[in-house]
Amino acid sequence: MHMADALLAPAVAATMYVASGTAAGLSVHKLKKDDEPQKLPVMAVTAALVFAGQMINYTIPGTGSSGHMCGGMLLSALLGPQAGFLSMIVILAIQCLFFADGGLMALGANVWNMAFYGCFVGYYLIWRPIMHSRWFGEGKGAQRARIIAASVIGCIVTLQLGAFSVVLETSLSGITELPFGAFVALMQPIHLAIGLVEGLITAAVLVFVFESRPELLRELDAEGQTLPARRSLKAVVAILAVVALLVGGGLSLLASSNPDGLEWALFGNAEEGYAENMGLDEEDFGVSSSVADTAGAIQEKTSFLPDYAFADNDTPVGTTVAGVVGSAMVAGVALLICLAGGFFRKKKKA
Amino acid sequence: MNKMDKALHELGEMDDLAAQDSPIHRLSPLAKLLTTIAYIVTVVSFHKYDLSGMAVMLLFPVLLFQISGIPVRTCFYKLRIVLPLVMAVGLFNPFYDRAPLLTVGSVPVSGGVVSMLSLMLKGVLCLMASFLLIATTPIDSLCAALRKLRLPSMLVTLLLLTYRYVGVMTEELAVMTEAYQLRAPGQKGVHISAWGSFLGQLLLRSMDRAQELYNSMLLRGYHGHFHYAPGRPFGLRDALYTLGCCAAFLLLRFVNVAELLGRLLVR
Repeated sequence: MHMADALLAPAVAATMYVASGTAAGLSVHKLKKDDEPQKLPVMAVTAALVFAGQMINYTIPGTGSSGHMCGGMLLSALLGPQAGFLSMIVILAIQCLFFADGGLMALGANVWNMAFYGCFVGYYLIWRPIMHSRWFGEGKGAQRARIIAASVIGCIVTLQLGAFSVVLETSLSGITELPFGAFVALMQPIHLAIGLVEGLITAAVLVFVFESRPELLRELDAEGQTLPARRSLKAVVAILAVVALLVGGGLSLLASSNPDGLEWALFGNAEEGYAENMGLDEEDFGVSSSVADTAGAIQEKTSFLPDYAFADNDTPVGTTVAGVVGSAMVAGVALLICLAGGFFRKKKKA
Repeated sequence: MNKMDKALHELGEMDDLAAQDSPIHRLSPLAKLLTTIAYIVTVVSFHKYDLSGMAVMLLFPVLLFQISGIPVRTCFYKLRIVLPLVMAVGLFNPFYDRAPLLTVGSVPVSGGVVSMLSLMLKGVLCLMASFLLIATTPIDSLCAALRKLRLPSMLVTLLLLTYRYVGVMTEELAVMTEAYQLRAPGQKGVHISAWGSFLGQLLLRSMDRAQELYNSMLLRGYHGHFHYAPGRPFGLRDALYTLGCCAAFLLLRFVNVAELLGRLLVR
């Protein structure tokens, strides 16, 4: 689910950085207030473990394929939401910097899609309520059932939210021509299956920890009993509001009779020149309305580095041929630089 | 060689590259970080049909790869992760956007093909830029630069510590995986009966290890903060580099140099 830089528009990437940055700032604030300096090495070692653990292939019985572990849910069950969130940020940063898995500019979006949902939604809305629920009964078996239910439901829900966000961010960036609805229909079922498998693997690891050292899990004591509930309704309400806003906004986009039209109004307005010049079918992009025009005007004013390159060309075909030839020349220059660099390096060694 | 060994190899390779010496390695990490971000933002902001304008941006990483003495091919291995993902999203464009945008010779090329190609180029360029940053900057200097940008010290210390332990943990799991594979020949992954215990065992040991790590940190005088070596100061050269690069990016963003070059040959 790691998004690459190329899949995001700068404005979307910046928004996601602000969102993830806010969550990270709040987490750092909370952890500073708790003042547990011994927690930092635990976070680092666990994060490194999850990083490596995600490379293990788990065989799925009955199929030829294998699954992987879900980091967000495991980290928040072990470290709590804030510490888990920071650990996930670090894991994603290392994956992006050293393994090119996800991009530097897309890091904000990746942190949101994988760490925010996995840790905050996974903990406050799923792990904690399930661990405190009376519905499972008493005893060790009930605790085990709780852990399994929380892991599986947590992984499925957080992965669905993450996949939905990926679709939303990519569509808002205007990267893909795939209609929003089709993209959603493609992504959600795949991630339902992945979420189920990841949930079962995560549950297996957490149940193993529960059997030998239950106090390592959040909300449990050394006897494996659920600790008395600490109320923090504020966090639950805040997270519910954020998720509702996002899912509601996204679904309204989906439910709109012409989702492409909305997309076009929001993000395609600078292309109006094309619709006239290039003979593109305007119906493909939807209709224009006063709302669309206003949104477009706002977008034009706020858009980061608007697109001028094509809009004022009178003879598009003529100039694009020049563009093709010019690009070929650039490639030639790049090759020359490489050759020259190699030549000088050899000389230096000699 | 299993996945973890490969990851360890990649990490080691990056560390080796970052430990070399070149004019680019000697720049302040902050200058490199800012320039890389500016470059990526510029590349991504190009319009989906503006393939020729974007092509010129290729010169920047190629030039820097040569100055820093890092072979370009080292980063192409990493494309295996980026390209399939970008392709999966871009692959639909030719089917949905079929209006012809230009003709090469007598073959019409649709907007979807151009936007797919530009998406792929964006992916390659962004990867090259961030690879260059990390291949010329050791992680501790990068962390010092992040501190200068006022990132919380907790997050930066966590990054540094985690990076240190990623190597340790990956190595440990590589050994465990090899041992497991030797005892379970012909089996592709971890069997369902060991799903929990395989990682769980290591997790329990790691928790004790974290406590030992904390004790050893305390013995070395840790009191909530790490001290970073001051590193190279952000001098005039770094300021000039950053400003020069950003100005060049802006210029290339708005002036289609490839097209101007092409016009020299084609009317």
